[in-house]
Amino acid sequence: MENNQLILTQKLTKIYPMGQHQLYALKEVDLSFGPGEFAGLVGPSGSGKTTFLNIVGSLDVPSQGQVEVLGRRIETLTHKEAAELRKKHIGFIFQTFNLLPVYTVFENVEFPLILLGLPSSERRQRVMEALEWVRLADRANSRPAQLSGGECQRVAIARAIVKKPALILADEPTANLDAENSHNILQIMARLNQELGITFIFATHDEKVIGYLKRKITLVDGRVTKDETYSSQPGMEGHREAS
Amino acid sequence: MKLLKLALRNLLGARLRTWLNVIVLSFAFVTIIGLQGVYEGMNRQAMQAEIEAEYGGGQFWHPEYNPYDPLTLQEAHDSPPPEIQEMIHKGEATPILILQGTAYPQGRFYPVLLKGIDPGQKILNIPSFVLNDQEEEFPALIGTRMAESLKIKAGDKVTLRWRDVNGTFDAREATIVHVMRTTVQAIDQGQIWLPLEKLQQLAGMEKAATIVVVDKNIKNIPENAGWVLKDQKTLLRDIQELVKTKTVGSSILYIILMLLAMLAIFDTQVLSIWRRRKEIGTLMALGMTRWSVVKLFTLEGALHGILATLVGAIYGLPLLTLFARKGWGMPEAVDSYGFAIGERIYPIYSGGLILGTTLLVLIVTTIVSFLPSRRIAKMKPTEALRGKIQ
Repeated sequence: MENNQLILTQKLTKIYPMGQHQLYALKEVDLSFGPGEFAGLVGPSGSGKTTFLNIVGSLDVPSQGQVEVLGRRIETLTHKEAAELRKKHIGFIFQTFNLLPVYTVFENVEFPLILLGLPSSERRQRVMEALEWVRLADRANSRPAQLSGGECQRVAIARAIVKKPALILADEPTANLDAENSHNILQIMARLNQELGITFIFATHDEKVIGYLKRKITLVDGRVTKDETYSSQPGMEGHREAS
Repeated sequence: MKLLKLALRNLLGARLRTWLNVIVLSFAFVTIIGLQGVYEGMNRQAMQAEIEAEYGGGQFWHPEYNPYDPLTLQEAHDSPPPEIQEMIHKGEATPILILQGTAYPQGRFYPVLLKGIDPGQKILNIPSFVLNDQEEEFPALIGTRMAESLKIKAGDKVTLRWRDVNGTFDAREATIVHVMRTTVQAIDQGQIWLPLEKLQQLAGMEKAATIVVVDKNIKNIPENAGWVLKDQKTLLRDIQELVKTKTVGSSILYIILMLLAMLAIFDTQVLSIWRRRKEIGTLMALGMTRWSVVKLFTLEGALHGILATLVGAIYGLPLLTLFARKGWGMPEAVDSYGFAIGERIYPIYSGGLILGTTLLVLIVTTIVSFLPSRRIAKMKPTEALRGKIQ
């Protein structure tokens, strides 16, 4: 496998047993992602987008093939090693935000840093920085129930970036948001990608998200049917050329 | 430490749900200690009362005496051996003559034990001094239960009959000079106390006694003094057996209370895991291992026990201290309980009881929290994130 790649999959296959039959969620997917990419897996429901993110995020294991993330072979990791990889290097953003409801905004963003065992003063500084990034510093003491959908997703972004991961996996991050909030959070993510160099991989079928992507990979029935890279910057939808 | 911090944060964040559980658990916790303290106090009071009113520091029995066989009483009397006589002389022991007799209250007959006791004795907590009544020829002392059974009161006269040393029936009319109130049924029900010398004289058994009760403060009671020595421990064996039986009863209550409290915790944990399955998936996605999540949930459950201990201490300590000082008033009906219960029971809360119960509550809460939490270890993060549970 190549060393300069953040993610490399070779003949990645995921099979789910469905009674007597087998469902192929992914079929021999060969993909690679370098540092700083702003890429998206697009395709209809059931095309394997989320399955791909789950495996790359070490939440699941491939049935066949190889997956290397940050130099670690996902299929060989123990539960503990996989958790360690997620804790240190991978951030997740979910469609339903998945904030911890009993925690405040500050505590939600602080959570990954507690898992990393950082001292309190450093945690505070990094949490406030992350909240500044998503323009929610003034809502630090609010609870998720007191926030709008857009604000919740911004908290989720802050929680994903606070540990400065190499990779952020975002599964349908705008599905529960209106157009304005969708653009807001996409602009934040695009800025994080450009300024901090964090790699973003999306699973989406939202046109608004697709408009921001630098690279669009189309999945159909678990197979990659198209892999397009754009030369223009994210957020310049309608003004870019595929290469 | 990290998990403890998170568990505490989760627990306090759940607000009302947590506090409801904590209050229920603390209530069970305080009730268990409270009830056990009452039992402990009741047992100790009962034993103390038996020692003070009946057993003293031990008893010397005439070799023929068998308290469970009234027929032996006719032969079970004699002048105590010299060593015991010396103890009586020094005021370290008091003799009691026991005869099988019959009382005839208002034309009825009633089998009784006639007990002769020295009116000047200070060994037993019996108001025997009333038998010194010079105005009455044959004064008698009975307890409230006996008065109730015979339907007589102080000042009434009752005919008593017994067999003298030769086996001949004799009878006299005795005057009830006092009705004593005692918690010890064994010196009350079926007993009539009479002046020792008078009974000895009427029965032709001068200087004779059936048992000799030793002062409770005498430490080294001679074992080979001629009569059978029944030490305090032996005499208390029956009551201890009774206490043990009662303790089994209280333990059932203890277990029921614990089960109720634990059911609340178990239920909360099961519900919590089901309700928070998405959160469990998120925790795993954020980098927690399955077992860390199991530990976190177990710790959350166990912290209920710790919070319940603290909350219980806040209201339980003053409440139980108040009960220990003021005592619990007992209704008359508890006479049927089987052993001496005072009008007020003063609970005893020993360090062992409090520490033991606290430890037990904490251990059981942790186990009960762990059992449902084990399911998390079998969860796939991807399915938990989708809100599914295997």
